[in-house]
Amino acid sequence: MATVSRREFLKLTALGAGALGISELGFDLAQAYEVRQQLRIAGATESHSICPYCAVGCSLIAFTRKEPDGSVRLLQIEGDPDSPVNEGRLCPKGATAMELAASSRRIEHPLYRPPGATEWQTVSWDFVLDKVAQNIKTSRDHTFVTTDAKGNIVNRCDGVAFAGGATFSNEEGYFAAKVLRGLGLVYLEQQARV
Amino acid sequence: MTNHWRDIKNADLILINGANPAEAHPVGFQWFIRAKLDPKRGPGTGGGAKIIHADPRFSRTSAVADLYLRIRTGTDVAYFGGLINHVLQNNLYHDEYVKNYTNASFIVDKGYDFKDGLFSGYDPAKRSYQTASWGYELDGSGFARRDNTLQNPRTVFQLLKEHYSRYTPEMVSSITGIPHEDFLKVAGLVGEMGRPDKVMTIVYAVGLTHHTTGTQLIRSGAVLQLLLGNIGRPGGGMNAERGHANIQGNTDNALSWEILPGYLKIPLPGQTNIDDYVAKSATKKLDPNSWNFFGTNYRKFMVSLLKAWYGDAATAANDFAFNYIPKPAENSSWLTIYDNALQGKMEGLMLSGMTAASIGPDSNQVLEALSRLKWLVVMDPFPTTSSEFWHAAGLAPETIQTEVFMLPATHWIEKDGAFTNSGRWVQWKDQVLPPQGESRHDHWILADIFQRVKTLYEQHGGKFPDPIMHLAMDYHNPLRPELDDLAREMNGKDLTTGKQMATFAKLQDDGTTTAGNWIYTGMYSDKGNFSKRRHGIQDVAKNDPTGMGFFPNWAWSWPLNRRVLYNRASADLDGKPWDPKRPGIQWNGEKWVGDVPDYPPKLSPTDPKAWLPFIMNGEGVGRLFSNSLADGPIPEHYEPIESPVQNPLHASISASPVAFLYDKAAGRPDRFGSPDEFPIIATTYRLTEHEHYITQQVRLLVELQPEPFVEIPEDLAQEKGLKNGDLVRVRSKRGKMEVRAIVTKRLGPLQVAGKKVYQIGIPIHWGYVGIAAEMHPEQSQLWLANRLTPFVGDANSRTPEFKAFLVDIEKA
Repeated sequence: MATVSRREFLKLTALGAGALGISELGFDLAQAYEVRQQLRIAGATESHSICPYCAVGCSLIAFTRKEPDGSVRLLQIEGDPDSPVNEGRLCPKGATAMELAASSRRIEHPLYRPPGATEWQTVSWDFVLDKVAQNIKTSRDHTFVTTDAKGNIVNRCDGVAFAGGATFSNEEGYFAAKVLRGLGLVYLEQQARV
Repeated sequence: MTNHWRDIKNADLILINGANPAEAHPVGFQWFIRAKLDPKRGPGTGGGAKIIHADPRFSRTSAVADLYLRIRTGTDVAYFGGLINHVLQNNLYHDEYVKNYTNASFIVDKGYDFKDGLFSGYDPAKRSYQTASWGYELDGSGFARRDNTLQNPRTVFQLLKEHYSRYTPEMVSSITGIPHEDFLKVAGLVGEMGRPDKVMTIVYAVGLTHHTTGTQLIRSGAVLQLLLGNIGRPGGGMNAERGHANIQGNTDNALSWEILPGYLKIPLPGQTNIDDYVAKSATKKLDPNSWNFFGTNYRKFMVSLLKAWYGDAATAANDFAFNYIPKPAENSSWLTIYDNALQGKMEGLMLSGMTAASIGPDSNQVLEALSRLKWLVVMDPFPTTSSEFWHAAGLAPETIQTEVFMLPATHWIEKDGAFTNSGRWVQWKDQVLPPQGESRHDHWILADIFQRVKTLYEQHGGKFPDPIMHLAMDYHNPLRPELDDLAREMNGKDLTTGKQMATFAKLQDDGTTTAGNWIYTGMYSDKGNFSKRRHGIQDVAKNDPTGMGFFPNWAWSWPLNRRVLYNRASADLDGKPWDPKRPGIQWNGEKWVGDVPDYPPKLSPTDPKAWLPFIMNGEGVGRLFSNSLADGPIPEHYEPIESPVQNPLHASISASPVAFLYDKAAGRPDRFGSPDEFPIIATTYRLTEHEHYITQQVRLLVELQPEPFVEIPEDLAQEKGLKNGDLVRVRSKRGKMEVRAIVTKRLGPLQVAGKKVYQIGIPIHWGYVGIAAEMHPEQSQLWLANRLTPFVGDANSRTPEFKAFLVDIEKA
């Protein structure tokens, strides 16, 4: 993406004023907006994404920039004009996807509520993963059925369920199905029904 | 979708039922508008497309429709049934298509009958059907007998005609509330769509699925489409608009109790080995010219899946580890999970990107269920009404013994991988951002938990650890598998050569091939990951060579990059397109050209051994009559479980006799309301600015739609003394909500079975978590729409009846 200098910016606005008419401010706002957007993403890295909301499957272009401290800053998300699905268009949800992507409202650390507690505790990943793994093993062993009343081999865990996955990538969803069936789960569900 | 979003522009007529695409799928809706307004389709070229919207509520979709029909929610079988009757009685069906491409000519078993609202084989004690009599008369070779003249009274065609003869325009009007004259206008337009040079599409969403008759609501549309010859054609099909970014992809991947990846059935108790499983699961060939592709190759797909999951531990000697696959005792879908939790049988629940407390149905009962779990894991980027359920009104945290874990998960944009859209287009996305804070990818969380469970079994032993020990985890880092590796595993490979499979047609049942999900085989061959392809509208002439909108080098669609399913049916018996202006595929004398053919690419249509057009099923043709459903071989109108009227067709069997009720008879407390106490019909829906519940965390969207409301028709508001903006209480047998009233002309009274009824509309998006809830902490406890909805399921899918239930309303 070419960088637009202040000189070129002024030249562009002058051209815009001549060609498109001058607003009360003395220059054309549409042109100024266009140029401001250019400056916003100048030199940015362009990546491709898909809207996270409904299943139209609108293509997105995301612009990011690596900051001096090594962090990655999301500058802009817009509709991808090449897509035969959305041709660059987005609805109000897709157009505000940036606010979902980088949010101060995110949960950033594992939380734990012991039985009967009235507050969350912030805990480590190791703490929660160990506890969840132990819970799964205990419930699995407690409710596992190898052979049903009719003598059929069934090898299932009746006491643990999993639900979700409508915003997993395909490959994550595939992996989840593999791991959960591997653990013996039969109660497996996502948003397709509800 | 049988077709895809862009294809809707190819239609002459668009029927929209149970959907509001202008508001719920706004960007997809551009293709509806283009069908109508594209100047290239103007006068002299056949005219612009027309849109017919049947919905309880007048919306932005209705505003641009050529006809809007206020329909009573849940009565679309009567609507489509009336159209089927019109088409059959007036010989408006596509004769050549119906005779050759559907099972109209098949002769039905002598035992089949339909009388007073019941199909043959009903068992009232079990509230289910024995479906044996819903088959065909078979000849000595096991093939179905046919009468190609369609005159035999036991042909599917004649039985269908008789069945729908009851669906007169008067009856349709009495059931649906659609005025008689409006219905006739629709019938006139639909009746033209059986001409080969015309094509119609039916588009639907959860407004059809969320009923105890949901499966049959959709089937009734499909039957109409088959009669009109519109399945398999560009501009045609049955098209489901799906509501989450990757709900299609992860249905394909079987995050669903009854299937394994690629729609292989979950093995059931009593299926002792793979051969037995295949014999009971795969379709049987019912015509000498039926390819029965799915049924014929079922074993190959299953063995290749087991090889992908269990690697070297899956051998011919151990039946490819078939016994490692768990076999459920009962329907194990959404409702049963919470029912079992209520009964104390479910110990633990993991939720990922899905909040049970809001989604419901019957949120009060779901909250009770969550409080009876031993442990609950929530994997999500934001707090949800489930992670915070112990703060819900009426629950005392100190008494709730559920141990709750909130695991911060990454967002879609912090990981790569593909989403599959409603039209089956598999589109790869980049990782744009690193994980925020300490959040982790869901699959890494699951991989890590799995390894820790495995270690516990290694150290301490336990119940049948073999499937855990042998699950193939040969990734670069088993704790952190890359999605690229998983995409390759889904595609599968030839274990002899080590090459990625290019097509599922080459999969084997001897353990020499793998395919984690056979319908995705071909997406990631040795030529690369096709879901990354980006040849779109930057050069339309080059990238859409047929001009039909297929864009074969934009991303990839399953199966095998085919853009329209069943597309052999887009051409006549000789392989010529029904409409030369809108070809799907056509035979050029040497091969099939156009879309990727749903047929052997070089099999001449005039070859005496040419397969019938619908290669996936046992009949080889589209099924107007089917024995594969639990509630009848032909769609029939039944009332919602909660309804203000008795079924005008058969009052004694008013609602579905096989819907799953979770009532007193089934050992649960009865939570259904009567029309005396709750006289008003309610339905739920989405708004443009919100997506389920996650957008309660997005400030701009909360500003656009800040608070919940209920839409009430003017006449009802007047009767109840309610004004626009009043705080009102909506009550059902299950619970209540208190929100503002919007008094509107968008809803209105209906005359149904001689009775005046009202419908109200409730958006689903609010609860006690999120930005709006933080601004109104007390009020938001009464914002869950699903506190009202019934705990009941469709007989086939056990999808709850979110879209039709009874309430009353009063000033709060």
